[in-house]
Amino acid sequence: MRHLLSIDHLDADDLTDLLDLADHFARVLERDVPKVPALRGKTVVLAFFEDSTRTRTSFDLAARRLSADVVNFSVSQSSLTKGESLRDTVETISAMGVDAIVVRHRSSGVPSQISRWTNAAVINAGDGWHQHPTQALLDAYTIRQRLGSLEGKRIALCGDINHSRVARSNAHAFSALGAEVVLVGPQTMLPASLVGWPVTVSHSLDDVIGELDVAYLLRIQNERINDALFPTVREYRRLFGLTSERAAHLKPDALIMHPGPMNRGVEIDPDVADDPRAVVLDQVSAGIPIRMAVLFSTIGPGQFEGEDS
Amino acid sequence: MTTTVIKGGRLLDQTGEREGDVVVDDATGTIIEIGSDLHADRVIDASGCVTTPGFVDLHVHMRQPGNEAAETILTASRAAARGGFTAVVAMPNTTPCMDDPAVIRQVLTFAEEALCEVKPSAAISLGRNGTQLAPMGELAELGVRMFTDDGTGVQDDLFMRRALEYAGSLSSDDGVPIVLSQHCEVAALSLGGVMHEGEWSSRLGLGGQPAEAEELMVMRDIALSRLTGVRVHFQHLSTARSVEMVRSAKAAGLAVTAEATPHHFSLTDACCADYDSNFKVHPPLRTGADVAAIKDGLRDGTIDAIATDHAPHTPDSKERSFDDAPPGMLGLETALAIALDELDLPLEALLPMLCWQPAAIAGLADRHGLPIEVGNRANLAVIDLAQRWTVSGADMASKARNTPFEGRELTGRVRHTIYNGEVVVEHGEVTR
Repeated sequence: MRHLLSIDHLDADDLTDLLDLADHFARVLERDVPKVPALRGKTVVLAFFEDSTRTRTSFDLAARRLSADVVNFSVSQSSLTKGESLRDTVETISAMGVDAIVVRHRSSGVPSQISRWTNAAVINAGDGWHQHPTQALLDAYTIRQRLGSLEGKRIALCGDINHSRVARSNAHAFSALGAEVVLVGPQTMLPASLVGWPVTVSHSLDDVIGELDVAYLLRIQNERINDALFPTVREYRRLFGLTSERAAHLKPDALIMHPGPMNRGVEIDPDVADDPRAVVLDQVSAGIPIRMAVLFSTIGPGQFEGEDS
Repeated sequence: MTTTVIKGGRLLDQTGEREGDVVVDDATGTIIEIGSDLHADRVIDASGCVTTPGFVDLHVHMRQPGNEAAETILTASRAAARGGFTAVVAMPNTTPCMDDPAVIRQVLTFAEEALCEVKPSAAISLGRNGTQLAPMGELAELGVRMFTDDGTGVQDDLFMRRALEYAGSLSSDDGVPIVLSQHCEVAALSLGGVMHEGEWSSRLGLGGQPAEAEELMVMRDIALSRLTGVRVHFQHLSTARSVEMVRSAKAAGLAVTAEATPHHFSLTDACCADYDSNFKVHPPLRTGADVAAIKDGLRDGTIDAIATDHAPHTPDSKERSFDDAPPGMLGLETALAIALDELDLPLEALLPMLCWQPAAIAGLADRHGLPIEVGNRANLAVIDLAQRWTVSGADMASKARNTPFEGRELTGRVRHTIYNGEVVVEHGEVTR
């Protein structure tokens, strides 16, 4: 794998290979010394143009568990002027001789653009509303671990789909691995077009809740009220939140998932977040072996050495 | 005085096609002789070529004053000349904005060294803010005949009505009517949109501008043209329903005209798939159905002019994220070849849209787009319809390189351009 820019570039076999590799690294992490020398001498730059402590920490740990050198290149919002040439920034990082650039940016497509301006491997750690491929992988990993497989499973992605890179990544990954994906939310939160999306749509969580194997809730941003996407937090919870009452209709072995950070009391009730079916912390834990697998697959031994971009 | 004979080609204009040498004179700027085996001080070879009236572009961003790093009036005029254009209308979204007589005078001064005629347009509203009228009467006295807030549309309905009424009551010394030229985009609907809203924006996670953001303003301005009886020119139509509305308005006898750009009749929103900001433009690249409708509109006369919306940007400004990169693409040097390639029309059917129709809209019909006849101003393009070439931003006369057609192989290119009797492009290269 040269880069990881979008989940769309991976088919079921690619995804399964990465999940299997993550299984291997998960066993490494159970050892007394949870570290292997696989990326010794390699340098990974974490280029976060948008703040994300959780994802950055996860990538940081994953790279260190593989013995890579890790450098943070954080561009705070205050110093990130709109006039900056992205290419200049990327060429500056590349000139320091790095093997992988892990990119988070508020604008869709930036990792793809960066991949044209560097010889380093580019790993997308979330771009705008577009993609968050390692989130999709760790979510698929968590589901596979709990339910054995995604094949034939019914998964609802509920919330602001249009503004969610998690939804765009997960819809494809889950579907490629055999799941049936249903998007749930008001029309204001759905993309203008679903041509090419392997999904169905429901505007009612109640209509689908009983048949779900996974209820995946997306974080709601209060400021979307100002964009007229929904009227009030109270009404959102009432119509689309996973309330305790609704959770009672979920199958006993269904999973409750959330990419974090959760708005308890909005998209998920506080006690539902602590329900035994909720696997939110498993998702976070899965992030480390998944990101180890992605780093190993892009810059590990024998991976695309000497290939031109 | 230097005379030049354009030798060995065919002549093509609104009077038809014929053989003939043409002698032009740079002192008077006119055509002084047409015939066979003519001689002059110098000869330019037109064998195998077609000589036509020079083209007129209703929509060019020359970036001067204010953004000379991207383009100047001189460099844009070189690009225009290489594209066969002998006149361009300069858009007013400069810094400072062309909303004041002093700025127009400055532009006219810069234009004196240009390789084509530069006809300034001016803003409808001060600073293009949509709330206070620019001094249209004073600006018209300096020769401005087109007013536009291009880059944004005039949002307020009543303000647009007043602008039309006021402009319609101004008289110009040459009898050319004032025209308001509208960039149709309802800002509230296009807010946050960096490409066409549809399948591709949804997939790419980019903010979309729905077609309706353009169409609502086209609809409103047709209504306001009906209400006021004043002409409206629609810039860069990009959607099928916009074309249909203009078609209906014309059938109803309303005084509306329209232009379309080469990129809107050749490229679609799918071009944005790799987040290459050279495909970011306003209005955005639309769908295949829209492209087909614009072609139909050009073929059936609904759309009067091919205009480029030539919009140079520095490389570094385009090397930002798709969200942050400025919209716009180069057009002057590729317009003819893209039109030949995409429209399936012979050159004689393209000439009305490239020459005399835009000349009439711009108020340039006394000196551009005229038949090739003795006594007329010598503004001519000599076209080699057989020349194959490959588009390269680095090879352009424009200062900028942001062409969306990089690497595309095209057939048909301007060999020579004559502006006011002076050879400004010879064998494809500018002479100064």
